[in-house]
Amino acid sequence: MHARAEPARQQVRLRGRSYVAFVFCPVVPIVAWLEEIDATLARSPGFFVGKPVVLDLSAVDLSQSAIAHLVTSLETRNIRVLGIEGVDESHLTTSMPPLLTGGRHCVLEQNKPKPPEAKPKPTSLLLESPVRSGQSIIFTEGDVTVLGSVGSGAEIVAGGSIHIYGTLRGRAMAGVNGNSAARIYCQRIEAELLAIDGYYQTAEQIDATLRNQPAQAWLEGDVMKITPLN
Amino acid sequence: MAKVLVVTSGKGGVGKTTTTAALGASLAQSGQKVVVVDFDVGLRNLDLVMGAERRVVFDLINVVQGVAKLSQALIRDKRLDNLWLLPASQTRDKDALTDEGVGTIIEELRTKFDWIICDSPAGIERGATLAMRYADEAVIVTNPEVSSVRDSDRIIGMLDSKTVKAEKGEQVKKHILITRYDSARASRGEMLTIEDILEILATPLLGIIPESQEVLRASNVGTPVTLNSATSAPARAYNDAARRLMGETVTMQVPAERKGLMDRLLGRRAA
Repeated sequence: MHARAEPARQQVRLRGRSYVAFVFCPVVPIVAWLEEIDATLARSPGFFVGKPVVLDLSAVDLSQSAIAHLVTSLETRNIRVLGIEGVDESHLTTSMPPLLTGGRHCVLEQNKPKPPEAKPKPTSLLLESPVRSGQSIIFTEGDVTVLGSVGSGAEIVAGGSIHIYGTLRGRAMAGVNGNSAARIYCQRIEAELLAIDGYYQTAEQIDATLRNQPAQAWLEGDVMKITPLN
Repeated sequence: MAKVLVVTSGKGGVGKTTTTAALGASLAQSGQKVVVVDFDVGLRNLDLVMGAERRVVFDLINVVQGVAKLSQALIRDKRLDNLWLLPASQTRDKDALTDEGVGTIIEELRTKFDWIICDSPAGIERGATLAMRYADEAVIVTNPEVSSVRDSDRIIGMLDSKTVKAEKGEQVKKHILITRYDSARASRGEMLTIEDILEILATPLLGIIPESQEVLRASNVGTPVTLNSATSAPARAYNDAARRLMGETVTMQVPAERKGLMDRLLGRRAA
């Protein structure tokens, strides 16, 4: 033992540096645990590539050969073990990764997917059930489509056009924001009131020959036209 | 599992109470344990139609307010052992009903009965909305008239939005029951046809109850029509409807006009 250092030699400079490592905590049965790892790898094959991995064996009691087998099993999956912790040093051979102690817990930074950008507001509204008497559907942003009938005493108010794939028995008001190009289409017309951009016709004014037929309504200047759809 | 069934319509006078009593008795006759609950606070009728008006001591409001226990308010039917009535109060009004109070009572009834049939008042206000609030299924009673059909449409919209089931994103199972169907007037084209009604309401049909004097006669003697004259046309139609409610498949009978011999011989008068 030489207590004196040779002054002529350059000193070895030691620096401390800490790294964040993944810690694997295998549990028995090891085979099942390896299958879990395989499942993770199947989902994202490059997940552990280039990342330091430490084996924490404190939860299991493995013999020397079992530890050796586990390390090789991981190596065949391209996971290189940097060190082992939570095991008696006598269980490790020199060919195995070294024993680590004094690890501290830390939070892993994960690449969270960015929140999706706010979607542009929808410009149409689809209703898949009939609109019942007394219901009022108001959608000033655009078109309204109804896959069903609009009951007597119900009303649809739309900024754009109104499409009704059923019987229109209630009121339909299209183009309420001043959109005079909006139209009203329906499979069968028995409407109480039709309005486009403020111009309206009540049931009495709608030509009786149009009743019970597919029809559309639109504005020509300040006159509302209603014609059959075929 | 207990089922809460609301009998509702929107419009008054279409036969909700008659239907509640008839379906209740019919279900009870087929072995189900049934309670009929009158929600028409202030204008109660179900006790009369059930013939229990002289035995009412406590009522729904007393139970809601904690004055009486549920077991004190329930009245057992004299004819059917497994049919019970929970009467409404005649001296109060519908504002005395509270959402929590009704919810608690329905929960308690669920533990005791197979069917809880709620007789809704007419209208769309508090009484009607609370009657349908906790329903699993609904019978919408409709007459073949435009006014009745439009009100039913409104009620269906409320069943789809104002019930606990609807608020949980589920659906109340809805059935249309057409009552006061007059085959003679239907054949003359004076009423809405069954097809028209179903087309407007877009809801499955539970049954068609023909217009009949038997219904009036039964309610005058305070007996559900299915008990009073079990073989009459309306009683058979109600029994079929009750079987459909229990999940059986029963072919739908459209009541046809029955002509007497003289009608057939002298049906058409020459001009």
